[in-house]
Formats: sequence, C-alpha cells, structure tokens
Amino acid sequence: MRVNGAAESLDVEPWVSLLDALRDRLGVTGPKKGCDQGACGACTVLADGVRINACLALAVQYDGKEITTIEGLATGDDLHPLQAAFIRHDGLQCGYCTPGQICSAVAMLAEHRAGMPSAVTERSGELDEAEIRERMSGNLCRCGAYNGIVDAIKDVAGQEAR
Amino acid sequence: MTETASTTTTAGQGVGESARRPDAVLKVTGEFAYASDLWLDGMVWGVTLRSPHPSAWIRSIDVGPALKIDGVLAVLTHEDVPGVKFFGLDRRDQPVLAIDQVRYQGEPVALVAADHPETARRAAAAIVVDYEVRAAVTDPRQATDVVRHQPVRRGDTFEAEVVVTGEYEVGMQDQAFLGPESGLAVPAEDGGVDLYIATQWLHVDRDQLAPCLGLPHDKVRLTLSGVGGAFGAREDLSMQVHACMLALRLNRPVKIVYGREESFFGHVHRHPALMRYEHGATRDGRLVYVKADILLDGGAYCSSSPAVVGNAASLGVGPYEVPNVRVDATGVYTNNPPCGAMRGFGAVQACYAYESQMDRLAEACGLSPVEIRVRNAVSQGSRLITGQLIDAPAPLAGMLRDLESMPLPEGPPATDLRALPGGVSQTTRGEAVRRGVGYGVGIKNICFSEGFDDYSTARVRAELVGGEPHVTVHTAAAEVGQGLVTLQAQIARTELGIANVTVATADTAVGSAGSSSASRQSYVTGGAVRAACEAVRKRFDGLPAREALERFGPIEETREYRHRPTYPMDPVTGQGDSHTQLALCVHRAVVDVDVELGLVKVVELAAVQDVGRVLNPQALEGQIHGGSAQGLGLALMEEIQVRDGLVLNPSFTDYLIPTILDMPPMQTKILENPDPAAPYGLRGAGEPPTLSSTPAIAAAVRAATGLRLTRVPIRPEDIALFNNGEVSDGKRT
Repeated sequence: MRVNGAAESLDVEPWVSLLDALRDRLGVTGPKKGCDQGACGACTVLADGVRINACLALAVQYDGKEITTIEGLATGDDLHPLQAAFIRHDGLQCGYCTPGQICSAVAMLAEHRAGMPSAVTERSGELDEAEIRERMSGNLCRCGAYNGIVDAIKDVAGQEAR
Repeated sequence: MTETASTTTTAGQGVGESARRPDAVLKVTGEFAYASDLWLDGMVWGVTLRSPHPSAWIRSIDVGPALKIDGVLAVLTHEDVPGVKFFGLDRRDQPVLAIDQVRYQGEPVALVAADHPETARRAAAAIVVDYEVRAAVTDPRQATDVVRHQPVRRGDTFEAEVVVTGEYEVGMQDQAFLGPESGLAVPAEDGGVDLYIATQWLHVDRDQLAPCLGLPHDKVRLTLSGVGGAFGAREDLSMQVHACMLALRLNRPVKIVYGREESFFGHVHRHPALMRYEHGATRDGRLVYVKADILLDGGAYCSSSPAVVGNAASLGVGPYEVPNVRVDATGVYTNNPPCGAMRGFGAVQACYAYESQMDRLAEACGLSPVEIRVRNAVSQGSRLITGQLIDAPAPLAGMLRDLESMPLPEGPPATDLRALPGGVSQTTRGEAVRRGVGYGVGIKNICFSEGFDDYSTARVRAELVGGEPHVTVHTAAAEVGQGLVTLQAQIARTELGIANVTVATADTAVGSAGSSSASRQSYVTGGAVRAACEAVRKRFDGLPAREALERFGPIEETREYRHRPTYPMDPVTGQGDSHTQLALCVHRAVVDVDVELGLVKVVELAAVQDVGRVLNPQALEGQIHGGSAQGLGLALMEEIQVRDGLVLNPSFTDYLIPTILDMPPMQTKILENPDPAAPYGLRGAGEPPTLSSTPAIAAAVRAATGLRLTRVPIRPEDIALFNNGEVSDGKRT
C-alpha cells in the first residue's frame, strides 16, 4: 500500500489492524489509539480519501490502497488549511484527538462537496453548524474543544465556498 | 528516540494576548510525541495482570506457565519489588503489586515483559493465581474504615422559619482522557533509570518511585512526554514503578501502554457521594443555618481522599453567607475502585447538592433562583464557614445579575427534528418537549490547601543565539493541554522584552513545579517564571537585553515561588485559613427535555467567571468550554457503574462522554477583578466551570420536568418513568 505517498511493503498477519500496522510496523504514530474499538475516532485516517477508523480495519484489506494520515496532509512546511484553522481557532488542547479530528474533517468536507447527505441534511445542503456537528460526531474530544473545532471547520468551509 | 516536546516560538506575544500554543504545529501535524508514541530500538513490552475480584485472599501465584511461553523475558510479583513495597500520594498504603490479598477489581498482581505486547498479554493470562474470594465492602454507608472525617462547626442556631431538606447522590465520574496511561523506562549505566512518562507531577512520582526501586532520588530521572489529557487521573502513580522494575530487572528499555479498558482500572476516579442537606432560612430567603452530611466513597486505597474530604467540608455550603453550620464530610475505604483527584476535587459533589438546595429554598420562599442566591452571596469581606476571610474580590451578586441579563436563546423548536432532544433518532414529533432554564454557582479553592508547602521552581536563561537575544525557560511543570507552555513563554516575553523563547522539556533536572492540578500552575509556576525573569532582568543592569547579554554573557537565574501560606483545619471545628485563593463561576443552562422519552438536549450554556486577570483569552475560553463540557457529562451521562465492586462499563461505548453534538454553544463573560496576592492579579480558571455547570443543567431539567431529580447523572429513566403527569421525587423505587 501507499502511505502518505510513499510505497510501503509489509508482511502482516491477517489479524493485524491497520492502526497497529501504521503505528508499530511503519512508525507512523500520528493516528492515535484512544479506544481500539471504533468509539473515539482518534485513529481516523483516509483510505483512498474516505475516512475510516484504522483500529477497526485490518491492514490486509488495504493492500494496494492509498492511506493518508495526519502526517500526509501538509505540503512541505505549508499546513493544510484545516491544520492552520485548528491552530487559529484553538480547536485543541491536549491534542490527542486532533490527528483524527483533522483527518475526519478533511474527508467530511469532501463528502459534503460530493453531495453526500448526512442524517440531518435538509434540502438546502448548506454546511451549517448542525451539519458540521452531526458529521463530526464520531470524533471525541475530552478537553471539550468542540466549539473551536466547529469554528475551524466553518472557517475552512467558508474559504472553500468563496 | 522520538522526542519532540521542546518548543520554540518567535511570535511577539506577551501576557494578556492570545499567543499561539508553541506545540500547536506539532500537534496538528501528528509529530507531537505522546507517551504512547515513544519507541526505542531493543525495547520490550510490559503488561499488568490485574485482579478480577474486588476482595480476595491470594493463596498462591504460579508464574511457571507464563515463563514457558516463547518471547517472555520476565514475570514479576511483589517478591520482586526491590525496595519499599507500597506507595501513595498521601499515605503509602497501596502495594506496588498485591501482597497476599486484593482489595479492588483491577488491582495489579503481577507483571510480564515480552518481546511483543500480544505475547506479554497471553503470558499474563497464563499466570495462575489462586484466589479465595471474600466478602467485599461495597456500600460506603456500611464501611467502617474512615479515611478522614472533617467537621465544620459554626454558631448554635439551628431553627428557622423555612426549612428544606434533601438527599442527593453523585455517581462515579471518570476523567476519561483520550491518551491512555503510558511510559517508557530506560535503564541507565549508573544503575539508575530514566522514565519518559505522561504525568501531572514529575517530582511526586519520583518521590514515590525511588523508595520502591530502592534507589536514591538522583538515580531516578523523569522526563515528561506528551500528555493526552489528565484532569486529575495522572496525579497518582499507574505503571511508573512497574515499567522501571522491569527495565532494571532486564537491563532493557520497557514500554507499558494501557488499553482503554485497562485505563478505566488503571487510575483513580471522582469520588461518588451520598449527601444529606438541611437548609434553614428566614421567610425572605436569608440563610440561617445549613446542616450537611457528605459521604465520599474513597474506594480501596487512600490516594488523595483526605484532601478531597477537606474541600468537601470547607466548601460544603457554597459561596453563601451562613452564620450557623454543622457540616460533616467523611471519606471511607471500600472495595470499590480507588477514587482521588478529578477536576473540581471535592468541591464538585457538594456543589451539586447545595445548589439543588438553594433552588428548593427559592421555591419555598417564593423567590427566583437568582434572587435567592443574590440575597445570600458572599462578597469581599465575607467569611467562609471555616472562618476564613475572603480578602480578594468576590463579586458573586453582580455575576449572577450579569448572567441573568444575558439574552436567552430562541424558544423550543416546533418540529425540526435536528434540534430536538435525541436528534434525528427522535421517534416523535416533539409533542412532549419542554424547555427549562436553571442556574448554578460554584466556588473552588485554587492551589493546594491546608498547610501544604506548595511551590514551583523555574530556571530562566538569557543568552545570544546567532547574535539574537534568546530565552530558555525550564521547569518541571506538566503541560497537559491547558496551555502552560504557552503562558511560560508569554511571561518571559513580557518580563524580558525578548521575543525568542524556548520552553524546555519538563524534567526532574530542575526543582519541583508541583502538580498540574488545583488550577494552580498559572499562579505558582507562572509566579516562579516571572520571579526568575525578574532576577535575570536585574542583572541586565538597566541595559537593553542585547547590550546586556553582549557585555555580561549568558545570564541564568533559578527561583522558587510560593503562594501565601495556608493552615490546617481544626479537627473538631473545621476553622482555619485553609485556602489561599478562591474562584467563582456561575452558569445558566437552557435545556429541552422530552419528558416522555427522558431525553435531554442542552440548548445553551452561559457562564460568568472572574479570573482576576486574563493571561490568554483564547486559552481561557478553552478552559471554560472544557470545564463546562465535563460538568455537562456529569449532569447527564457520565458514570462508572459499579455493582458489587465490579465495573460494568469500562469502555467508550458504555461510559459516555459528551460528543460535539452534546456540547452546546456558549456565551461567556469574563470579569477581571485582580487578586492582589497573585502574580498579575490572576485567579486560577480551569476548575470552577466544572463545578457550576452540573447543578445548572440539573436545575434546568427540573424546571422542564417538574421532577426533583436528586441524583446525577440524570438518566432517561429518571425522567421518563416518573413523568406520567404527576410530579414525583424522581427517585427509582
């Protein structure tokens, strides 16, 4: 598979999760293990652009796929707009959930652009605060930086709309 | 070794500005090294075998089957503890590994090291422990072993025109930080050990570790690694001794990382409480007396229970003028999970009860919730029930009026499912949704109390680097997400006028900073950094920084900072100046409740807090939001469910914490009435919002339902099963 643009060749047992393969075998420690059962979202990564909980995915399922983690979002020293917005709006404190939050937000904005509805979508399709909260509800933040996270995502969504 | 905590910033932002977190870029790019991310070539993995029983004798432990497994390097029991076999924050009553008996489910019994974590887990499961299960004490009312009983006695009039009584219960809350306990122990050539660890207080860890390892303090060196949240749960030791024992035995680096389930067993929780209150007042709502019995379940070991009991007693009636008081706060040992520090520390439980009482009193006197509180509010010059004078500003009445005058959100939604309690999973059209508004007030002591020698140490070095003035700030203070590294750099910039500041990684190579708890680090470590900066500036001899550093070379100064001393509470009367600073926060909660389904949606929280002086507006806002969110969790969803000493829900699927959907928008108003005793006039800010949000939300749910609701968290069945058109006491039958 390709991880953040680089080809990686791995021999893994069939029961190894994608998260463990990334963290323990490839040293890609940006994705975090908060619960190892898909409840917290700290391990969220992008598989061919789709957000998944890496702890619930088996590495062997992703043979040949493109995996993007938090480490793969910036371009050189230029932060991804969401990374910059999370800093600007202080959408983090301890930061442990942040890699998952940002990966989740990247894919969420792409889903919205592609016209994918959420459970709360009404006809207008506008990415309002209710939409953002609904679509980000799989990522826990115990420090309670949620309102900063909403502001950061709104900010970037607004830039994209302009 | 992955080590990225050292931080440099060049922004010219000083005290009072929303300076950027120096670790923010590392945190948003995934490069920030949390303890669980540490890696050393040749390291092996440690795993802990824990007791499945809340109370049992251990007849024997057979480690033989574990040692036979390929890849297993060591299996250790209490016999292998090199030094003192017990540790503890207050009393050394907790065994490093169980000796002949276990006293709670999850107590560590044996350790395994292996070349792979799965191998270590399999080996731990292969250890044969022969338990003789015995009766467990799990009802704190039946417990006879008292950790601390603290009375408060004042006045002798216990009759009044209006009397309201109530019994209240607070469930066991978990800190539930997202980054589980983790550490990496590395044996050193001098026979000592280096431990890289996520903790709240490096030096008190070392003070407990070194005797257990049988090593002098200088051979046990701790370095803070990235901390994924703390909230009190990292104040006690978890795997610190275990990782070091294995590393010293094997002479190899050993890493231990807890999983989520193990984390629930691996740290202390907030004390559950049973409380009985009686408030007496005049007909116009002025408090005459308060009687309170507060029973706190400390679980199997002492941890910080004595100090928690002290807070519950001294702050047990809230920020109100009460001339006559009989408060008894008691902490007991049981075979339930050990309880200790969590944000709000002993003040949270009582706050829920006394605020519930104030609402009942308001109703009995025909006053509004705000009016009853204003009539009894403390102010500068008032005395706490301990007799302590409140000598700094405490403008509670004005804060309540400010809160009341904030605009209310628009009325309850008609039919938009998205806005209803339960969201789109609502099965009705919202016919049974009622809106409620409630108020809550909290008072929290800032810094350690009751005579504790509470101080911090800072080393500040100014020098020319590449011809430019540069400052390095070095403390042992734990950055846990609160933004302390940001503030340390802000202080250095403001005091020295030098933009380039590096905050060095916290470690035990510098003196103690005390704990990142009790909302104390801005005050105490902030004070130490300022004092060290002032000492450096003095040596500039009036010259601008660059000229001074060119002339005198590098300048380094180390300073300790102490807040005003505090004193013990009298063991019989509870009287004494036990606190150094007090902080107030008030909340208004607006909720929509589906009274048939028992679902609650918090529509908005509004808060007014007096912080003395704003040091970083953005970080302060984050603290208020975060504290409010955790108080919301306690009000509506968070509880470790313990039955017969066994934890039923050690996971994030069963222990619920607020999601982004549960967290409402917030209005905040910050007051700056400086405390002349504190650096910059500041007042600690992290904990007070955790107190007042819980009773405000509970009051709002009561207002919406008409139920008495004497227990938090409020469960759907507490509402749905008791709301068939009649007002009940909201208790289960």
